Amino acid sequence: MSSPKKITLRINGVNETLEAPAHRTLLEALRDLGHVEVKCGCEKGDCGACAVSIDGVAVDSCLTLAWMVEGREITTVSGLGDIENPHPLQKSFSDLGAIQCGYCTPGMIMASKSVIDRNPNPTDDDIRVGLSGNLCRCTGYTKIFEAVQDAASVMRGEGDKQ
Amino acid sequence: MSQQNISADAQPNVKYNQVGKSLTRTDAPGKAAGRTPYAGDYVMPGMLHMRVVRADIASAKLTRLDVTKARALPGVVCILTADDVAGREAATDIPGQTGQKRMDTDQQILVHERVKYYGEPIALIAAESRDVANAALELVEFDLEPIPGVYDPEEAMKPGSPIVQGIDNIVAEHKIRKGDPEKALAEADLVIENTFHTPFQEHAFLEPEVGLAWTDENEVVNIRVSTQVIEHFRAIADAIGVPHNKVRIRGALVGGGFGGKEDVTVEIYLALMAKATGRPVRLEYTREDSFVGHGKRHPFKLTYKTGVTRDGRITGMDVYILADSGAYVFLSPYVLLYGAVAAPGPYKVENLNVYAQAVATNNMFTSAFRGFGGMQACAAYEQQMDEVAKALDMDPIEFRRRNYLKTGEAISTGFVPPSAIWTEECVDKAWAALGEPTVSSDHIKIGQGIAAYQQSYGRLTFLHDTSECWVGVEMDGTVIVRSGVTDIGAGQISALGQIAVEVLGVTLENVVIYNSDSAVTPLAGTTTATRALYMTGNAAKMAAEAVRERLSERAAREFDVQVDQIHMAFNVVSVIDNPDKSMAFVDLVKICASEGIHRSELSMFRAPFSDYLNPETGQGQAHPDYVYGAQAIEVAVDTDTGEVEVLKSIAAHDIGQCINKAAVEGQIEGGTQNGQGYALSEEMLYEEGKLVTPSFSEYLMPTSMDMPKVQTILLESRSGLGPFGSKGIGEPALTPVAPAIANAVANAIGVRIFELPITPERIIKALKEKQAAN
Ligand code: FES
Ligand code: FES
Repeated sequence: MSSPKKITLRINGVNETLEAPAHRTLLEALRDLGHVEVKCGCEKGDCGACAVSIDGVAVDSCLTLAWMVEGREITTVSGLGDIENPHPLQKSFSDLGAIQCGYCTPGMIMASKSVIDRNPNPTDDDIRVGLSGNLCRCTGYTKIFEAVQDAASVMRGEGDKQ
Repeated sequence: MSQQNISADAQPNVKYNQVGKSLTRTDAPGKAAGRTPYAGDYVMPGMLHMRVVRADIASAKLTRLDVTKARALPGVVCILTADDVAGREAATDIPGQTGQKRMDTDQQILVHERVKYYGEPIALIAAESRDVANAALELVEFDLEPIPGVYDPEEAMKPGSPIVQGIDNIVAEHKIRKGDPEKALAEADLVIENTFHTPFQEHAFLEPEVGLAWTDENEVVNIRVSTQVIEHFRAIADAIGVPHNKVRIRGALVGGGFGGKEDVTVEIYLALMAKATGRPVRLEYTREDSFVGHGKRHPFKLTYKTGVTRDGRITGMDVYILADSGAYVFLSPYVLLYGAVAAPGPYKVENLNVYAQAVATNNMFTSAFRGFGGMQACAAYEQQMDEVAKALDMDPIEFRRRNYLKTGEAISTGFVPPSAIWTEECVDKAWAALGEPTVSSDHIKIGQGIAAYQQSYGRLTFLHDTSECWVGVEMDGTVIVRSGVTDIGAGQISALGQIAVEVLGVTLENVVIYNSDSAVTPLAGTTTATRALYMTGNAAKMAAEAVRERLSERAAREFDVQVDQIHMAFNVVSVIDNPDKSMAFVDLVKICASEGIHRSELSMFRAPFSDYLNPETGQGQAHPDYVYGAQAIEVAVDTDTGEVEVLKSIAAHDIGQCINKAAVEGQIEGGTQNGQGYALSEEMLYEEGKLVTPSFSEYLMPTSMDMPKVQTILLESRSGLGPFGSKGIGEPALTPVAPAIANAVANAIGVRIFELPITPERIIKALKEKQAAN
């Protein structure tokens, strides 16, 4: 085990410091700092539950070493909005029944945001491809596809299509 | 509701204000914002981190276990082995309210001497940090001397085979007999015989098993855990040797269950370690732990002999079911019973013989999984229906139509379901929605398939199931619901809220629901067996109705009208047909509070109780009632690669009455995905009991790339035993999916593959065999 060093991570716009050894993943670091909204499903990059955005791109935090992302802009699902002021994706997921157990949701929403950021008017296929690294065992994805389309339309200023 | 009232045209029930709507679930906004704590999100000061040391051979003798090096590692606080739990065992039988327990089903907590399955726990480590616990895992030394094992249930039944359980490895048997099946088969115009194989399946909930335990000031072991069943507290107390009131389970919203968190998972390890160390302890399974640490879906081998007349009427049926129970018994007898009861499907079979056996092997133990034996039976009987239709040269739906069980007719056990049987309506609607098939091209063959089903909701009636719920109104008009029910993602608690506000005439945002604490929320039973809505929903409705009755009596006095003239909806209390006489709900509540009128109620709902089925004939009542429906599927099969793409997936179910429409659809869409994986891609490969696919990159569940948008058709007979005439949808959603896909594939390529999953390799092999035969 390498000796730990003090690192500073910028999480949801706030700098936070922790002691981390070289092998500490960003997932572990975030959760140790109390950002437990970032979920652990496999620690192998297979499920996407741990997805966060780093400089605007969704990545699996379990495959990212904490040391490597010092100074980068890390956003978790809680950085997008809260219960009172939800991000359009959070609102669409919640209102359209795209959340069941909700364990995949934080990662799924971050991956969805990446899809919309890349293409504000995504096709269903864009969404399928963009979410293909995020497993969900509860929903069959049907309502997730609908929620992403709905949020994209809100974000384009067209209002929701519900 | 009497059967005459079951209308054939299913319309949403307009008289409800809240029920049946797609309201935003109470738990959704918190989950979307990342604010909902799951069991793994709790920490405590001084908390230790646990790991489980597991056997890496399935059948072996533990000849040496040395933990000295691990214990010596700085930061390791405690290591428990079998010596520390001498004389203690863990129950694997159905827990809960009944106090019933069968013999010989207990499991060693840690391997004492004999390893029976791959991954069986040998030692428990607790350390100051995760890193130290992980390092200690590598330092535990043990030697396993292989012992000949048995990995095939048929082998396991042969004389001289290694014994895993009991005297002959047979852990359960069930028989169902009615009429004269031998005579019926002998006299049938045609007898079709086929054998179907169904596979192991992994639940693959996204949240691995996890919990946090500590001992409190009353010496009560508290366990915050991801579970479907908080009432395991009794079994956990028995296992660690303390009174039942010294274990408290505090659930959390569960990150997926599907039956995989129905048995005890991490609880006993946590409880033992919390007691041994006096410190809070946390144990989170890795994904690999989860793959090898909880029971799987039972593989079934099902042999069907169906006798029919030339004009397509089933005259008799003989079914043999063989289930692999794996190394320990767990819920195998019950899963097997569900399979036996379901064996003929939603068809009228007056001459029936079912013989079912569950057999122990050194494979991973098998236990509860959404569908619970009933879906394995469906996977076979619906493929068999297509095969018989083919032999008769008859349209498969027409053949089914001639044999449907109708409302008021008896199922396999002689029991007449009290509700509507709308199989035909569901099949016809699903099939019509499927429409004309896409056109096949050169190597892309299109096929369509249908499957109907019968699946129970509610637990086995001889278990005498009960459920409690408390509903109370606060002085400001807000509502509190308290119930032990666990929410495993299907919206179980939100549904209770929706039921309570419907009855009380308030709105969902005014409700807070407290759930899943075995010490302080009224015990509601398990979230399993498609029972939560039926059982706890009824309890919530009863409690809310009792409160409403007292409130509306007071309102009637206030307005000087009869009680039945009082209308309560959307936070307003009014007199029917006289809108001038009205007041805010909160004002009525204030009057009641000032006069000491009781504003809360604790209710218990009891399912119908029955004796055990006749052991020789299987006749009697097994379940409270049944759900009926159908799945229609269109697939494209690439005959070059063997790849199957599901193009259309249409589900039609009579759910009785929707409580939350979006939640019902969500269950169906998710069940469809689970069934699609079971049919096509999810494969647990074992080598001598060792799982060689313990990750999501090897065990392939459908991703967003694989799933079509599922179309749902909801029928509401309002004839169910649940609140407002509801039935249940958790398990039924999944049941018909795999056989519908199998039938579509067979329709596409003209040859049936009798073993699930229908992988590309199996398709290519079947096509080659077909070509060779031609
Ligand atoms: S936990 Fe990171 S991908 Fe599964
Ligand atoms: S909602 Fe449960 S895994 Fe997606």
